[in-house]
Amino acid sequence: MSVSSPPPTLNCYAFRFADHDLTLLPSGALWWPDQDLLCVSDLHLGKSERQARRGGHLLPPYDTRDTLMRLEADIARTKARSVLCLGDSFDDLTAANQLDGEMRQWLSRLMAGRRWIWIEGNHDPGPVEFGGTHLADCLIDTIQFRHIADPQSSFEVSGHYHPKTRLSVKGRGFSRPCMLVDRHRIILPAYGTYTGGLRSDDPVLSDLMQPNALAVLLGVPPHPVPMQRGAIGE
Amino acid sequence: MTRAPLSLPPVFADWFTSRGWAPHPHQMAMLDRADRSASLLIAPTGGGKTLAGFLPSLVGLTLKPREGLHTLYISPLKALAADMRRNLTRPIAEMGLPIRVDDRSGDTSQTRKKAQRADPPHILLTTPESLALLLSYEDAPRVFLGLKRVVVDELHALAESKRGDQLMLLLTRLQAMCPDMTRVGLSATVDDPPALARYLAPHPATCEILAADPGPDPQIKMLTTDTPPPWSGGGGRYAIPEVLEAVKAHKTTLIFHNTRAQAEIFFHDLWLTNIDALPIGIHHGSLDRAQREKVEAAMVAGNLRAVVCTGSLDLGLDWGDVDLVIQVGAPKNVKRLVQRIGRAGHQYNTPSKALILPANRWEVIECQAAIQAVLDHDLDGEPRGPGPRDVLCQHILITACSAPFDADRLFAEVTSAGAYAMLTRAEFDACLDFVATGGYALKGYDRWQRLKQNSDGRWHLRDPRLTQLIRMNLGTIIDTDTLKVRMRGRGGKPLGEVEESFASSLVPGDTFLMGGQIVRFETLREMVVQVSRDRGRKPRLAVFSGTKFATSLQLSQRILSLLHNGDHSTLPAHTRDWISLQNEMSQLPRPGRILIESFPHDGRAHTCIYGFAGKNAQQTLGLLATRQMEDLGAGPLGFVATDYATLIWSLEPVSDPASLLDLGLLREGLDSWLADNALMKRSFKNAATIAGLITRNHPGQRKTGRQATFSTDILYDTLRKYDPDHLLLTLTKEEAMRGLIDFGRIEEMLAQSRGKIDHCSTDRVTPFAAPLFLEVGRVPVEGAGQEALLRAETQRLLAEAGLVQ
Repeated sequence: MSVSSPPPTLNCYAFRFADHDLTLLPSGALWWPDQDLLCVSDLHLGKSERQARRGGHLLPPYDTRDTLMRLEADIARTKARSVLCLGDSFDDLTAANQLDGEMRQWLSRLMAGRRWIWIEGNHDPGPVEFGGTHLADCLIDTIQFRHIADPQSSFEVSGHYHPKTRLSVKGRGFSRPCMLVDRHRIILPAYGTYTGGLRSDDPVLSDLMQPNALAVLLGVPPHPVPMQRGAIGE
Repeated sequence: MTRAPLSLPPVFADWFTSRGWAPHPHQMAMLDRADRSASLLIAPTGGGKTLAGFLPSLVGLTLKPREGLHTLYISPLKALAADMRRNLTRPIAEMGLPIRVDDRSGDTSQTRKKAQRADPPHILLTTPESLALLLSYEDAPRVFLGLKRVVVDELHALAESKRGDQLMLLLTRLQAMCPDMTRVGLSATVDDPPALARYLAPHPATCEILAADPGPDPQIKMLTTDTPPPWSGGGGRYAIPEVLEAVKAHKTTLIFHNTRAQAEIFFHDLWLTNIDALPIGIHHGSLDRAQREKVEAAMVAGNLRAVVCTGSLDLGLDWGDVDLVIQVGAPKNVKRLVQRIGRAGHQYNTPSKALILPANRWEVIECQAAIQAVLDHDLDGEPRGPGPRDVLCQHILITACSAPFDADRLFAEVTSAGAYAMLTRAEFDACLDFVATGGYALKGYDRWQRLKQNSDGRWHLRDPRLTQLIRMNLGTIIDTDTLKVRMRGRGGKPLGEVEESFASSLVPGDTFLMGGQIVRFETLREMVVQVSRDRGRKPRLAVFSGTKFATSLQLSQRILSLLHNGDHSTLPAHTRDWISLQNEMSQLPRPGRILIESFPHDGRAHTCIYGFAGKNAQQTLGLLATRQMEDLGAGPLGFVATDYATLIWSLEPVSDPASLLDLGLLREGLDSWLADNALMKRSFKNAATIAGLITRNHPGQRKTGRQATFSTDILYDTLRKYDPDHLLLTLTKEEAMRGLIDFGRIEEMLAQSRGKIDHCSTDRVTPFAAPLFLEVGRVPVEGAGQEALLRAETQRLLAEAGLVQ
């Protein structure tokens, strides 16, 4: 079937978190081999449709297919038996309901034959009319999965902030989405094609993450750097 | 019957007499031609150009008093519009004329703007952007009812940018509302007046060109110094003592620089040497507006002996006391040099005085060639391309904002603008489709609709609430992403702005120059760079936005001729010696041929291509040639480009370097290279913003930095992947090929040389190639691409933090 897809760990960033072996794929998806679980956050499917519906912008209507194409590749690569979408999977509930036929079928094909969990996000705060399990948050082994980080929580994976990091290398600026990780917390980058980002030195993120946190910039392979920090508590 | 249409009424004649003035011949000529549908006046600065433009309006309104808007004056600068109001109000008051004048720009208060729409003044002074806004309102036909004349000031400057193209489209709208409207263009000296006239006139009407007496030739010399200029680099700091002497010997001096960064460094070093504490200020586009206005006011009051400046003073207020212009660095373009020189000696009939200061050896030759071109009145200019279609897309949106429109009539209207006369109906329809639906290959989404057709076939906005968003995003001026710089602390003084990419590379403690002082970076807070004062440390170079020019084609040709068979006796001895040494060791580049040198140096093979195609094109040539060398197995390691040449270093020599200049191979390389190119992405962002695909400003939005909108690079990549023939990609490529990538100049260079390539192998670095080794901006050839660079940097950061993976 997917003979040509690369082995799941090639060009990835493998790390320990909460006594588990986890892997960040170059695309920004999190792979948990022991659970056969692929976790993606902030797909924002239907974003261009929502923009067009609200009338202001006529963005290229190719974002949903591009996001699904990348998700399909990651599923093929990891042969994941479970997929967990960490909230803001749809740009709004109308976008979920108005997803066009072709995209709808494509998504159903991806869901077929595997466990699929939809976590609620602030953009899609309710069940969508797709199968799978709908949850506000969920605990798998010792790791808590939710959309928005809870400062009190430990061993938690969340999304929502779309973290990114900007580096200047030899006078050239590189801005990349990134995963933030410390002993207690992982904040995943947004997976959707049309998603912007919040700089990791924003006080909100500096408050959430511990001083020795890493930012892992997406790339082939992902590049870890010490997280850039802003002034805390402003 | 021929009759002098308008003569000077007694009240005007008396006024001129009472001041001891007489009207200039070209002012009377403009009065004579007041009823022509279009006329273009070309006059030097200080020639009473604007009065010539207004005189027919003032006389007309005096002879036949009336209500309503009579004359619209458009200038590229807000400050100029405001200043013009003061200049006009005085004679009107002194003559007691029944004429109301008002100005309107982004700085005008809402109340005054409303009053102007309700009861328009006789003469309204404004900018292209404010006019676009006025025309986007439903009541535009009422506001402009009875408009007789449009006066466009500094037309030569507007015509070089998309602002001019937008203005010309707006004039077609006005012309449709007011068929009798006449157009007047005021311009500084230009290379091709008929082309500018066609640009201004409603197509296919003719436009009369009036040329005022250009005045005496300027006195222009190269500033020679005891120390020879350095081999490379810019800035001209070696000549600061001589510049100070020149400033002392004159009343007021303008010291022009080609870039803001160079102006900052020069100003800083000038003050270190300025022991007499001559009052000298700095003025450039990245400084805070209040700072700039302070310098302008001090200048008008005669309190400054010199201003170090950039193109920000190319246009604008007449400062009669400027008696010397110093151009630091090669002028790159003869026309702009002439216009800058015209800033000195603004009294009519006194010659302008200018000194040109070459920043390095190559520039000595370029300056000499430029001075000769000025004396020969041989101005350069790129022929205008067709009107840009991203501007047309915005024009369609503006039109839809004001009222439903008929596509056939709008097409007829826009093609009456000279720049759009050749626009095909298919091109127009593609733009209309883009504005209406996004113009995507993937159809069948009924939600992708911004414009809809009425039952009578006219187009209107689907959602009338969109007008606000559209109005907030009018205009064709694209700002690079900049951040404000402010002194730290409550109510800290605003200093100016720097590019965001520069700001993000700063770490606390870094220092840079801003407005001539060294400042220390403290924090970045709420999108403002907070700094404190710092003394005595060596500052880093701030990166400012601003235009960088390549040497014009004509000037390059003159340099080649001067080198090959020109009169070298006017050149300084050090430069003469350098040229003859080059002639001995290798050979001199010749017009109509391309010189390539091969030589070993420092264990590497070097190839130097003298294309004289301008920096952008030589840079592109470097990228394409190193790709081919990669394929040939020569192991290219890097290159550096200047306006004159590209120097490439590699592991192995290239046996047949002429093969690198095969047009077919270069084109092939270009196509694949363009795919992922930062310059293309920048062009795309500009086109997408102007055409209205994305918006910069949103109602009720405050920039908080939280989850900023995604970058246009993503849209670019997505379109390339799924919709490669999309209108915006076509426009992007057309534009980049002309501007930043400048492949056109490479094609021209190859066409002119027609394969005549002189290849010269030497055993060491040649005299002409030597300065290239000192150039900054070396480009490493990235075999493994961005990721390798990024990996090295991220590993360094990790190691530094003691986090070895």
